Amino acid sequence: MQPTKHLSKLAVSALLAVLAACGGDSSGAGRLRLLNVSYDPTRELYEDLNAAFTEHWKLSTGQDLDIRQSHAGSGSQARAVIDGLDADVVTLALAYDIDAIHLNSGRLQAAWQSRLPHNSAPYTSTIVFVVRDGNPKGIRDWGDLIKPGVEVITPNPKTSGGARWNYLAAWGYALRLELGDFERLYTGSAEDVERAQKAAAEFVGEIYRRVPVLDRAARASTNTFVQRGIGDVLLAWENEALLALEEVGEGAIDVVLPSVSILAEPTVAVVDTVVDRQGTRAVAEAYLRYLYTPEGQEIVARHHFRPRDPVVAARYADRYPELALFTIDDVFGGWRDAQARHFDDGGMFDRIYSDGAR
Amino acid sequence: MQAGRWVQPSVLPGFGLTLGFSGAFLAAIVLIPLAALVLKGASLPPSEFWRIATEPRALASYRLTFGASLLAASLNAVFGFVIAWSLVRYSFPGRRVVDAIIDLPFALPTAVSGIALATVFAPQGWIGRWLAPLGIQVAYTWVGIVIALTLIGLPFVVRSVQPALAEVEKSLEDAAESLGAGRWMIFRRVILPTVAPALATGFALALARAIGEYGSVIFIAGNLPMRTEITPLLIVIKLEQFDYLGAAALGLVMLIVSFVMLLTINALQGWRARRTTGRHR
Repeated sequence: MQPTKHLSKLAVSALLAVLAACGGDSSGAGRLRLLNVSYDPTRELYEDLNAAFTEHWKLSTGQDLDIRQSHAGSGSQARAVIDGLDADVVTLALAYDIDAIHLNSGRLQAAWQSRLPHNSAPYTSTIVFVVRDGNPKGIRDWGDLIKPGVEVITPNPKTSGGARWNYLAAWGYALRLELGDFERLYTGSAEDVERAQKAAAEFVGEIYRRVPVLDRAARASTNTFVQRGIGDVLLAWENEALLALEEVGEGAIDVVLPSVSILAEPTVAVVDTVVDRQGTRAVAEAYLRYLYTPEGQEIVARHHFRPRDPVVAARYADRYPELALFTIDDVFGGWRDAQARHFDDGGMFDRIYSDGAR
Repeated sequence: MQAGRWVQPSVLPGFGLTLGFSGAFLAAIVLIPLAALVLKGASLPPSEFWRIATEPRALASYRLTFGASLLAASLNAVFGFVIAWSLVRYSFPGRRVVDAIIDLPFALPTAVSGIALATVFAPQGWIGRWLAPLGIQVAYTWVGIVIALTLIGLPFVVRSVQPALAEVEKSLEDAAESLGAGRWMIFRRVILPTVAPALATGFALALARAIGEYGSVIFIAGNLPMRTEITPLLIVIKLEQFDYLGAAALGLVMLIVSFVMLLTINALQGWRARRTTGRHR
């Protein structure tokens, strides 16, 4: 274990050294740099936010700031940081990926999630349905997904953060249908809870049996549904659905809000060892805090994420209608439990395919 | 025998330099990364390694990866031969263009090939639209995977066979014909033995490429566990779950199987070459 770890570290650092040497461009000594490692759908959000924050930082400190951003699937971005990518801040799809950085590399402190307000999630989103124009299959709620003849598009929860939210949202819907109220998960009898969990497993399995293509990432699934015309309903981030609607325009797809969904909380964090080594802690922390300011929240809301700030949220109330949202902590006991029970090897998700695909 | 005699003396200078360079280059680019993989895989206890390597999902992915690769390489061996034949033996308008097209799969980013294939063969695509009413689904099934692997492997066979075909001496064919051999006999007894080693090389290269292919396949495969999930994808999935050891174990299985397959093909080729030259004498 030890020698190989050194070997791979050596290989990675050699590679990075080469890259750094190639990228050794103009930047003067005084120029401050930040690298924000993020996931796919936030590209446009952070382009705007970076411009605004650079200006804000220049005005308040007089320093020039250069923010670079990197986007890919949330899980692979976390892996890149674990393997040595020097991100000053990470802004990923789910807390589990940032936890993974802490657990696998120790580059983040364990308490990272309590350092910023709202569980370190400055904006939220939820899971909605995207259907063909006019909703020909009449898909209005989760239960309609398993009607005969409906094909569902969702990515693989093993690799996609968004897909994990999709999966858990469906699971939560089925639990609530059985129990009536999530409170009963804790107050109901053990048999009732057991029965409800079984029903939820059955329901989610039924959905995945209707999935013809299991893409690796949320963006790939959107392309499969929108560009290739495969499937009747796409389970998607609300922000991704609104973006798709903006891109292809009305008249091609509709967005449908289900009766209940999950509160998706994409989280952000400063990578401790990197900012301490590079002396960028102050600016990195200010950058993340800026997300919570009214200006930051305004940019967030413009880019299809639900803002936390009630004033900004009120301004965008018609774009983000209210719906019943449950959290992962309420229903699944947090990410670590959800991951272990559902998505780790041999977990509930694997069982859908090992039982059903013969 | 003196020490150091294993080195064949050569009239050309620079032997030490080139050998040293080859060794260092191979080590840095090929051997050290592979050694890291082997070490990582070997750090698993054997029972654990065996468990990961023989999970039903892994076994299903081996069947698909090696099965589809073998099928694709075989298709390429047949049709690549035909294409090479028509390019070498006949001259027709546009021959140079066809010749250039053969190399496109080499140059094209594999993701582009995959997306293009998926678009064309999807149920609404140009070709898929005509196949769908017949109940044939190509995209997102194993058939699509075979097509993608055939596309990326084709140049290997054509480019290996072309020079060999050009070398076949016309006089031998004429001689065979004058001795009363029919066309099929000439093809089987004169042309095929001459071209066989090149064809085998092309087949082996196409096979090796197909086994390792990732980029084009993931776009046209449905990527469903147990059904349309290739081993390279399973490795990436394991990595994205931060399961480095599991990924290394599967990588090691791929490495060993590929190595054994290539070694076998090379051995067969050597055996075949000895047999045919033996018969000529």
